[in-house]
Amino acid sequence: MIRDPSLQELKRYNWRRFTPAQRIGRYVAYLVTVIALVWTIRGLDIYWPWVWDSPAQMADLFGRMYPPDFTNMREILRVLMETINIATLATLMSLFFAIPTAYIAARNTSPHPALVWLGRFILVSSRSVNTIIWALLFVAIFGPGALAGVLAVAFRSVGFIGKLMAEAVEEIDPAQVEAMKATGAGPGKVLMYGIVPQVMPAFFAVTILRWDINIRESTVLGLVGAGGIGLILQGSIDMFAWRQVAAILIAIMVVVVLAEIVSAWLRGKVLD
Amino acid sequence: MQAQAPGSAGTASGRPDYRWKRPQFFTNPFVRWGVPIAGLAYLVWATSTLSINWNRVAAGIPRAGRIFSNAWPPDFSRSNLIISGFTESIQIALLATALGLLISVPIALLAAKNIMPRGLHWFGRGIIIVARSFHPVIVAIIFVKAVGLGPFAGVLTLTVYSLGFVGKLLAEAIEEIDEGQVEAMRATGAGFIKVLAYAVFPQILPRQVGLSIYQLDSNLRASAVVGVVGAGGIGGTLMNSFRRFDYDFALAILLLIIAIILVSEAISGRLRSGLS
Amino acid sequence: MELSIENLTKSYGRGKPVLSGLNLKVDGSGITSIIGSSGAGKSTLLRCINRLIEPDSGTVRLNDVELTALKGAALRKARRSIGMIFQSFNLLDRLTVMENVLAGRLGYVNFWQASSRRYPQADINRAYELLELVGMEEFVNQRASRLSGGQRQRVGVVRALMQQPSILLADEPTASLDPRTSLQIMELLQDIAGNLGLPVIINIHNVDQARTYTDRIVGLRYGHIIFDGTPADLDEAALDAIYDGKDWNEEPEEPGSGNGGPTGSSSGGSRSTRGSGSSGGKDTKRELEGARA
Repeated sequence: MIRDPSLQELKRYNWRRFTPAQRIGRYVAYLVTVIALVWTIRGLDIYWPWVWDSPAQMADLFGRMYPPDFTNMREILRVLMETINIATLATLMSLFFAIPTAYIAARNTSPHPALVWLGRFILVSSRSVNTIIWALLFVAIFGPGALAGVLAVAFRSVGFIGKLMAEAVEEIDPAQVEAMKATGAGPGKVLMYGIVPQVMPAFFAVTILRWDINIRESTVLGLVGAGGIGLILQGSIDMFAWRQVAAILIAIMVVVVLAEIVSAWLRGKVLD
Repeated sequence: MQAQAPGSAGTASGRPDYRWKRPQFFTNPFVRWGVPIAGLAYLVWATSTLSINWNRVAAGIPRAGRIFSNAWPPDFSRSNLIISGFTESIQIALLATALGLLISVPIALLAAKNIMPRGLHWFGRGIIIVARSFHPVIVAIIFVKAVGLGPFAGVLTLTVYSLGFVGKLLAEAIEEIDEGQVEAMRATGAGFIKVLAYAVFPQILPRQVGLSIYQLDSNLRASAVVGVVGAGGIGGTLMNSFRRFDYDFALAILLLIIAIILVSEAISGRLRSGLS
Repeated sequence: MELSIENLTKSYGRGKPVLSGLNLKVDGSGITSIIGSSGAGKSTLLRCINRLIEPDSGTVRLNDVELTALKGAALRKARRSIGMIFQSFNLLDRLTVMENVLAGRLGYVNFWQASSRRYPQADINRAYELLELVGMEEFVNQRASRLSGGQRQRVGVVRALMQQPSILLADEPTASLDPRTSLQIMELLQDIAGNLGLPVIINIHNVDQARTYTDRIVGLRYGHIIFDGTPADLDEAALDAIYDGKDWNEEPEEPGSGNGGPTGSSSGGSRSTRGSGSSGGKDTKRELEGARA
């Protein structure tokens, strides 16, 4: 027979959301986070008067940017086109290094375990050095200009594309490769029929995504002298031409947003 | 059925040859030829606009050799500079991640179609789009001009950077939640906040934690770079070393950056897979 | 056609060898089936023939060619004469049926022909004819991923036949198919062995299908052959020995198998020779144990 439990009985069922072990884990995590933040805020060399002043400063800056000055738009657009070109050429250039490196970095296709280490090392180094730092290096070697920019973006992209491609290669269905070997096909044909079709969608998606990211990366190359819109931007900032700065920023934003839309659309078509 | 000798024409039963063409991605032949030709034309044009000075390229190879020989072995002697620079970068990254996560939640809610009343979610989306469109270095320059040189600008920059990334993914996660739970909570008469707390947050919390760890890792990398324009951290030290041609010092810093990023990536990957 | 396997040994890691000193001769045409419980070494044995798995020792000879001594291009050339069909069909999902069956010619064409899909006209003719033979000619430009299990296996068979092989290896080809499609494939294999004169070696766990469709049954247990004879010779005692006393009707199915179809309950406790269905066998065993308790 069912009867409603009494309050006494309800209290006996001591429902808690987390087990004691989980609770301790959560408290420790909170504690660590709080300690880290306190250490951070006290440690940072922050000049607090400026912090309290900053909203006013930001408002002042934005005031100076309004209304945006579009008079030099033709020049700005021309340089923006150069920025897009840098991003596109660099992405394509990086494929020549990224694909072979991904092949040797993937455990299931690499000819030798030592090569797996080498491949991973190359990919990690490429990824860990930021595009701007690569740009600094190439400007030091080849002098200022778009060449340094293209190389910088390309070198950084090798790690991104290579890592994701290596992961895609490692995830293929080995049964298809086995079937190709059984027909007597050589390694090249096994690769072409057994592996390539399986990684094609990932390949296109990753490359298009990286192109999209590279557009953003290329906007700042000019700040270290490696070509693109960054140079004009830096120049305008140095001359306190804030209204032109605003125009440039708006133009950059439009290009980036468009590139993202195109990239998302293309990737949608590729991932069937 | 007899076996056919390869190369012989005609089928065994004497019927005419079968015709087969490989399947094409672009069915329209104009598109199939047009796209690669247009692409090639673009590449040729784009390369030509780069205006490469081949003399400088030629001079670059020996210069590269000189730079690399100067850079090796890396110079770790100025350890106090290195330590203070890295410490500042790590602190910037930590604070920016915390602040960024804090702001991302309300803004992601603002940007979610299913939470906001009609059309208002564009406001939130707009904020996120603006935050994402600019490379952190550009944002850093602006902040440096606004609030002065130093780590404060760096923190602000990376907070915006975090907002752009975490905010977007969080908004998408909110839009993908199971509406049934929201409905159920509303049916019990719960107010807006309670609906959020019981129906929305629990569904996005696992994502949120994973995103936080990933963003901390990202911010660590980015913090090394915003210093290049004066927003604090090891980036400034690196920039100076390049300017002074101290390539061996620069190499030391770079190697440490790579090492820290590797460690951070390993930890973050371990944590995220442990949580999922 | 003569296939001779001598003293074949293979172990994985430091455990017991999966195959030890195995000897087998297959000649002429007809279907030879290999039965045995999982882990008995059936898959390993088959793959050692075309060296998809490398044996630790022993020799495999096909028509006077010592397969185990070949390397590189010579091995690949020899593999052309060995067709293979798989339990999971192993089709190239993202390619069309036609490309899948033409892939059977990869051992014969050069790289450029393969990459541009410009295969010799004779290959294309043969592909169409074989596809008509198995009833798949309408699916020529269909993506392999959109096919059903039975359709995929038929494409797999055509691919293997395109190699113009002297022998066909079949690794549990019906394990992932439902009972009716399963029988279709077995009939197709019978057809091939009979009309094309192509000898077939088939791993199979469905003993009834082995009895009905094959000419010779080889029983494997822990890497040794303990039975070799005609279906008529295969009696209860032999089955007990092969399956080590386990209920051979209750053999755990390979993953994805459709063979555990509804078969109805058995009458009484004896292990009857029914078709597929481990579920029926389990009921039988439980009844027995219940009666004892």
